[in-house]
Amino acid sequence: MSEDAVTVENLSKSYLIGHRHTSKKNFRYKALRDVIGQEIRNFARKAAAVARGQQIVQGDEIEEFAALSDVNFSVKQGEVLGIIGRNGAGKSTLLKILSRITEPSKGRVILRGRVSSLLEVGTGFHPELTGQENIFLNGAVLGMSRREIRRKFDEIVAFAEVEKFLDTPVKHYSSGMYVRLAFAVAAHLEPEILIVDEVLAVGDAEFQKKCLGKMNEVSRNQGRTVLFVSHNMDAVLKLCTRAVFFESGRVKLEGDVEPVVSHYLSSQSASARLVDLSSKPRPDYIAGGRRVRLVQASPSNSESSWSLPFGQRLSLDLAVDAESSVNEIEVFVEIYSLRGFEVATWSNTCSGVKLPLRPGINTFRIGFPELSLLPGHYFIGISLVGKDGIEDYINEAIFFEVVSSAEAVKINAQVLGGALVPSATVSILD
Amino acid sequence: MDVIVIEAGRAERHYWLDLWRYRELFRVLAWRDLAVRYRQTVIGVLWALIRPLLTMLVFTIIFGRIAKLPTEGNAPYALMVFAGILPWSFFSSGLSEASNSLVNNEGLISKVYFPRLIVPIATIVVAFVDFLISFCILFVLMGWYSFMPDWRILFLPLFALLVFLTTVGPALWITSLNVKYRDFRYIIPFIVQFGLYVSPVGFSSSVLPGQWRLLYSLNPIVGVIDGFRWCVLRGQSELYLPGQVAGIAVTAFFLWFGIRQFRKSEKSFADLI
Repeated sequence: MSEDAVTVENLSKSYLIGHRHTSKKNFRYKALRDVIGQEIRNFARKAAAVARGQQIVQGDEIEEFAALSDVNFSVKQGEVLGIIGRNGAGKSTLLKILSRITEPSKGRVILRGRVSSLLEVGTGFHPELTGQENIFLNGAVLGMSRREIRRKFDEIVAFAEVEKFLDTPVKHYSSGMYVRLAFAVAAHLEPEILIVDEVLAVGDAEFQKKCLGKMNEVSRNQGRTVLFVSHNMDAVLKLCTRAVFFESGRVKLEGDVEPVVSHYLSSQSASARLVDLSSKPRPDYIAGGRRVRLVQASPSNSESSWSLPFGQRLSLDLAVDAESSVNEIEVFVEIYSLRGFEVATWSNTCSGVKLPLRPGINTFRIGFPELSLLPGHYFIGISLVGKDGIEDYINEAIFFEVVSSAEAVKINAQVLGGALVPSATVSILD
Repeated sequence: MDVIVIEAGRAERHYWLDLWRYRELFRVLAWRDLAVRYRQTVIGVLWALIRPLLTMLVFTIIFGRIAKLPTEGNAPYALMVFAGILPWSFFSSGLSEASNSLVNNEGLISKVYFPRLIVPIATIVVAFVDFLISFCILFVLMGWYSFMPDWRILFLPLFALLVFLTTVGPALWITSLNVKYRDFRYIIPFIVQFGLYVSPVGFSSSVLPGQWRLLYSLNPIVGVIDGFRWCVLRGQSELYLPGQVAGIAVTAFFLWFGIRQFRKSEKSFADLI
């Protein structure tokens, strides 16, 4: 079957958004007169909007914002399409249009088959209802019939591992149980086209693995068409066959999953030589009030970027901010392949160096002269461990690329992966 | 195979069919609201009985005893008041709960597709269940006053249907407005309070001078309450037919208008909510 399951033609969507005048330099103190004048103008504008039956927008200035502009792509029957892009690139708007939650401003979408969309796990869950009641509620919300739910009920309960708590209101569930139950219901949907948004960003690592497996089973074995939005490139690479890369509401690149993902990642890392680590997401267990935190990273050599030719060694400068002086901190650097496999690990303890911290910004230069990474995309995870445990941890701190070079061609590097061990020895024994 | 075409401004061709397809969700949402309604309350479903009962007591004392307004024929004043409170309290709770229903179900609206009509109507159905429960009080009152109904009581289901439709029309209109302009959240309690005094809940509509009767009947609740009293009170006062016709016409207009307005704004709900 090669007919397109999803066709998107010239799709655009714009929203009206309002801005509030914020302190302009010469306008720091607002006189009451100005405030009243502003309020009267806003009221007049809102009244006019009501009279014309339009929506009212809060704010002093209104602007039309194009969330999607002129998007074209199609998805074949049975294909698993990854939709990637930075936050605000228009991915979620696209999914909302595809799931018929909102209407496009222009353009057209054709969906061939029964559609289920999963923009959030646990949509419609009611805290006062029991687990069992919520399975039926959530199932109906997602478009399952009562008979269908009853047929799959045991399977859902087993998948969620909540047998003992079926008669407990879900408001007493732990957040893990809640999420498991919600995903379990969703995982047992049987649509022809499945639209999924970032559902894997929930639960513990074990459960995420299980979800990924289930998604894989759904797409590979059951031949469904899946549209999958995620920031987790590892999941996208594992699940998807093709990908679309969105940038500011437009399709930047479309094609096989690997080139699109690497293009996306290199566009992310190439954009900034100086990586601002303070704004990167941290796992929940790292509390807000840390005494020591990672601030910035950059390649050591001022002319080099995060794109290293094969043969050049990785070296990076790391800035750490400390609130007060610390006797000793341990820095861990982990290098992962794009698919999430750990390729190499290092900590300063291995190098036999002690790292104390002064109050304020401390900078370290970390070099890996022996590490010979093969051409490809990698990311670096960095953690700081003090004597009381983990102080800071960023899983995907830096993306970088090793590009092919003459030396790489010589050793046939394109068929190899991970890190080369140049110092390894071999001898012929009789 | 289902083929769905999504286009700007395209009217849903299978709207009513879709509504039928989503009947399961309708059932479940109504059930959810019912199941949750009286959870974590001490006296639970008794609330459905106590509220109209207390209103009846207050009205009987104020209008019957203090203001000494006439009842209909020789029917006990309390019974007459209660026959008015029954449809009125359904109308007012249906209207106010439906108008907030979409905003309260924001999570659903912004995450899943279904015909949005389901949500306010499911809420009204839940109010209708309360309405049916309060019928128990009516029968207890009839026993208390040993006031037996006659054949006219058989018409009661018809008027119950009428009050349902009378509620649905304005409710849909206000619900869709409330999504766009949240001012309605503050307006509705006002409308309901005001409506209580312009509708013949605490008194009989026969106290009105004859020439105003038809104008008064443009309030569709007047016809409904008159109908209820006619059924319950053995027709102590004759059914005012022109008023009934006017009331039904207004109800039909609001039903058409409400559905039209709702469907017109339905597609933008997710953006506005």
